[in-house]
Formats: sequence, C-alpha cells, structure tokens
Amino acid sequence: MANSRSTRRGFLKGTVAIATLTTATLASSSQSDEPTAFADSIASFLQDHYQRMSKDEIGELLARSERRAKREHGVDIKCHNTSAITGVTFGYALNLSKCKGTRRCVEACVTENNCSRNSNMENIRVLSLPEGTRDLNQSDHYYGVEQKVPEAGRWYLPVQCHQCDEPACVQACPVEATWKEADGIVVIDYDWCIGCRNCAVACPYWARHFNWSKPNLPAKEINKNTHYLGNRPRMAGVMEKCTFCIQRTRKGHLPACQEACPTGARVFGNLLDPASEIRYILENKNVFRLKEEQGTQPNFWYYTDV
Amino acid sequence: MVVLLLTILQGGMAYRQQAIHGLAVTGLSDQITWGLYIGNFTFFVGVAAAAVILIIPAYLFHRREMRRVTLLGECLAVAAVVVALLFVTVDLGQPLRIWHALPFLGKLNFPTSILAWDMVVLTFYLLINILLLWYLLYKKFCHHTLQVKHYFPLIIVAIILGLSIHTVTAFMLSGNPSRPFWHTAILAPRFIASAFAAGAALMIITFQILHRFSRFRLSKGLIREVALIMAFSQFISLFLLGSEFYTALYRHTAQHSSAVLLYWGTTGSEGLTTAIYLALSASLIGVVILMVRSWREHVPLLNLASVLIFFAIWMEKGIGLVVPGFTPTPLGEIAHYSPTTIEIQVTVGIWAVGAMIFTILARITIAIEYGHLKAIK
Repeated sequence: MANSRSTRRGFLKGTVAIATLTTATLASSSQSDEPTAFADSIASFLQDHYQRMSKDEIGELLARSERRAKREHGVDIKCHNTSAITGVTFGYALNLSKCKGTRRCVEACVTENNCSRNSNMENIRVLSLPEGTRDLNQSDHYYGVEQKVPEAGRWYLPVQCHQCDEPACVQACPVEATWKEADGIVVIDYDWCIGCRNCAVACPYWARHFNWSKPNLPAKEINKNTHYLGNRPRMAGVMEKCTFCIQRTRKGHLPACQEACPTGARVFGNLLDPASEIRYILENKNVFRLKEEQGTQPNFWYYTDV
Repeated sequence: MVVLLLTILQGGMAYRQQAIHGLAVTGLSDQITWGLYIGNFTFFVGVAAAAVILIIPAYLFHRREMRRVTLLGECLAVAAVVVALLFVTVDLGQPLRIWHALPFLGKLNFPTSILAWDMVVLTFYLLINILLLWYLLYKKFCHHTLQVKHYFPLIIVAIILGLSIHTVTAFMLSGNPSRPFWHTAILAPRFIASAFAAGAALMIITFQILHRFSRFRLSKGLIREVALIMAFSQFISLFLLGSEFYTALYRHTAQHSSAVLLYWGTTGSEGLTTAIYLALSASLIGVVILMVRSWREHVPLLNLASVLIFFAIWMEKGIGLVVPGFTPTPLGEIAHYSPTTIEIQVTVGIWAVGAMIFTILARITIAIEYGHLKAIK
C-alpha cells in the first residue's frame, strides 16, 4: 500500500512538474512570477485529494484558490483552512416558538457564504406550515417575505444541513469529495467533486445544492474572509452546502444565521462543553430531531418554549 | 452510417453547449436532480444485462440454437454498456475529474458508495464482454476448434456480472430511505424482469433486421424461445409493478405521495402522467399478445408486441421511475421537469453512438461467424 501510494504521488508530482514546466515556458514572455490561469487550471486538474496533501501542497492550493477568485471575480480574497479545534463538536438548536419566518437567516447565509445570487442558491430553507401539522408535503417554500410574517395560522420550520453523525451524503459520494471533519462539520472539497449529485439524492434534509452554472457573484458583495472547505467562491458543476459557517465558527465566532436572527430563535455551540447554552437546552428542553427515523443522527435539534 | 455519424455530430454540438454553459441548459434542478440522462443510463444498463438471457440458456441449459447468437448478444451488451457509461458522463458537472474515481490514483469510495460499486461492475462487465467476444471471434478467425470448458469460467463470471450491473443500479436508487418511491425491496427484481423483457424485445427486432440485411440467418426456433422469455419476463415485471401499486395506493400515506402524484397527476405534471399511462397501456397490450401462443408466434404481432414493450419499459424505467422519485422533495416541495432540446439532442446522439458500435461489432461478428472473414491457411 505504501509503495503504491508513493508511486501514485510520484506520478502525480511528475505530471504536475511537466505541466508547470510547459506552461512556464509558454508564459515566460509575460515576465511575471505569478502562474498563468492555464498553469493554475492544469495544477487544479491534477491536484491530489485534500486529505492526502502535504503542508506545502495545501499552501499552494490556498494561494491558487485566491488567484482563481481574483481572476474570476476580480476580488482579493483570503482563503484559509483553519482546522477543527480539539474538544469541539458543533451542534445547533432552534426554538420553533420564537421563529417568525422572517428569513433573515437565509439572507445572511447567502451573503456570508458567497452563494450565487438570483439563482435560488440558498443553503437554508424556511418552510411555512399550517398550524396543527408537521406534514412537510403541506409546506410552502415560497411565501413572500414582503407579506407580514408571522401569518396567522402558520408556523415556520427552518431547515439546513444537520451535520449528521451518520451522513447519508458522505456515504453516497463515489469519490470521497465530501467528509465529516473532527468537529462534526460535513464539508465538500469543490476541487474534487465530480458533480454526480448522488449526495443530493441521498440527503433526507434536501441540504445539498448544485451549481448548475457559474455562480453569479457581484464583486462588491463578495465576502473576502473564506475557508477552503467553506465559503470560497465555487465553480460551475459542483455541490455546495451549509458548513455551520466554518470560516467563522472555527475562529470562535457564531454562524451568520445565528447572528442575523431577530428573534433569538437560534442557539449554536459546542456540544462537548457542559457549560454551553446548547447543552443547557438539550438537557432541559423537550427537544426533537427532524426525520430522526432516517437514522442519520443529526446534530441539529428543534424545541419549543412550551 | 452517414445518418448515424450526423446524429452523433449534432449530439456533440449540443453537448458543447452544455460544457460551456453548465448543466443549467438542461431541465434539471435541485428539486429534480436527475432526469433524461440518468433515466436512459438506468434503462441501458438493463439492456446490457439482458445479454444473459441468451447466455444462460445457451451455456447452462445447452440450447444449441441460442449458442449461435450469444456473440450478437455480447455485441449488444458492449454497445449498451458504452451507452450507459456515456449517459453518466454527460450527467456529470465536472466530467474531466472522472479520474478521481480511479483506485489509488483517485479516491474511489468503494465499497461504501453504491455509485462506486456501479462504476466497478459496469467496467468489469464491459471488459469481460470485450474479452469473450475477442476470444471467441479470434478462435473462429484462426479456425481453431472451440472447447466450451476453456472459456466456461468467463461465461459464469459474465452471467454474475450481468445480473449485478442491474441489481447495483437498482440498489443505487433503492438505498435511499429519503426517497420512498424507490425505497422498496422489489426494485432490483423489477429491474431485472423488465430488463429481460426490454432486452428480448430489442433482440427480436435486431435479429430480424440482421436477417434481412446481412448474411445472418435467423431460425424460427430461436425467435420462439426469445419471445417466450420476453413473455415470462414481462408478465413478472407487470406483477411486481402491480404489487407496488397496491402498497402505494391502498392507503394514501405521505410516504407514497410520489406514486400518487405520478398516477393521479398534478398541475404541471400532466405530461408525465400521460406518459406513464401510455407506457402502462403499451405494456398491457404487449403482454396480452405474448400470452396467447398463436399470436406470439405470428411474426407481425410479435414485432408489434416487441416495439410496444421496448417503448413501455424505456418510458416506465427511464422517465417514470427516476423523475417521480424526486417529487415531492424530502422537504415536501412538488417540482416539475421536462427535458430541454439540448438534453434531447445529446440523448439522441448517445443512442447513435450505441447503434454505431453495435453495427460495427455485429458486422465483424457475422463475417467471422459465417466464414467470410478468416485467416489464410
């Protein structure tokens, strides 16, 4: 195994070296140290699986992602890959009594996470349901926000990625382009995803979304603080999802949806910290998980005040 | 041949549009993620698997008649697997990254991902069919006497793989508890039964065309046997579908809303409902013709039944199974899908590739089989 691994690496490195050399010769006239777009695209095409990369390779990878954003969107982003903090497992709890369906979380999520505009690319869905039922088939996904919320006789159910412990999506991916990180966040490497959408088929929460075309991102609206496995601008033909705002939460900040909620319905925190608010809720409120019978062990709970 | 080439060319042009603008040029959406492409993929995996309806009687039950056409069955299998693989490829958002599925060099999620399984069994099935075809033709070409015991192990492996490719494709859909329409244990048996029926139908038509336009001679006995296999398979397939019907419709539960939407119809999906009723009617007419012996043995009627059943199963498995499974979505949203012109053009182009591959392979096979192409002694 070790042998075949080194052969594979050798092969990949060799190909990358040849490609870089060729493109370097081609680009020598431009007299710039910065690799050309072509060299970068060849390097991206041949790059190894993220979890097998060395520190140097990851350094190059992050620089390449920054150059890509500059070329495609004309913006200087910062792309980091802050790793999971030991002793942290993220969890989310949502108070349904407080949620009034303002959809502020959705707006904040789209801006924070550089989601494509005007294409319905939203990683949070707020469902409006008639009172007295939890039958999702009766839900309305497209209630207008301009109309006064909450509407009489309706309640609201926000749904996003539940960062399951037994994620059906990770199991479905044929090329391991998506995996669960040590802090519980399920991430996607947009440079490795082949765009087969089998994960979207598997997910019981409809939490995975596909970039059907090149994301539409106005330069001045781009969030420049990005994480490689999170909100860096995506390309056409790959999946994306909620990452609990990995670029913020791994640095000790709260997710954008939590901050944006005007009613304080959202509680985010470290499940391993006995003093955290989320632990208090799990221990003292009557919580439930959506579609628990699907057996995916979500890390997202709902509760009510009464 | 020229017509086929032109058809492939227009498909290529349409695919170029898709490569430039992304899969947004298709009618697909986050709600209905797979459509015409994966529907056709599923169907053609079935056609490929159907080669075993010739191989099993020929080698396990020693039917001489069948043994004479197994090579043509292999040709059909090779063409159908290539078509199936092309359909998955055009469905990918990043087709160039397909090397990520190579073991060691890439990172194949085997054995966890059923899609990875599907890639593995399809590749091996393609390879073994090419190998068998090559071996048998080469031996005949060189006037060597063929001894079944020399290649019998390959035959057994081909039969197992043939059944696996379609089973695994069914498992890829039925392994999703979040999609109740597919999450049924009889999906794989249904797939196999309907694949045998559709495959037999295609063979009956193809063999007659070859009989007319090439040196290939078709015997009455062979056509009767294939027709009988089609009759049984189609009957079993309809029985299984009926069983699904019962569990889905006797009590309307939220679990079965996909089926209710499909058969009862909903605004915006009338096309799909019409299609499924057309398919069901064609299936029923087909099976009635096949059940009556004198009708089944009357060639024009048999041809009618074959065309009806092939069309019905393509419709039912290709469109009526993949698409309705997506609506309502796991969050209860009702969605609609209709393929765009580009999608249809690419699809027709891929069919033409299949027809082209089969024509070339069948010509070589028949020339060698009937001794017109042989090594000089």
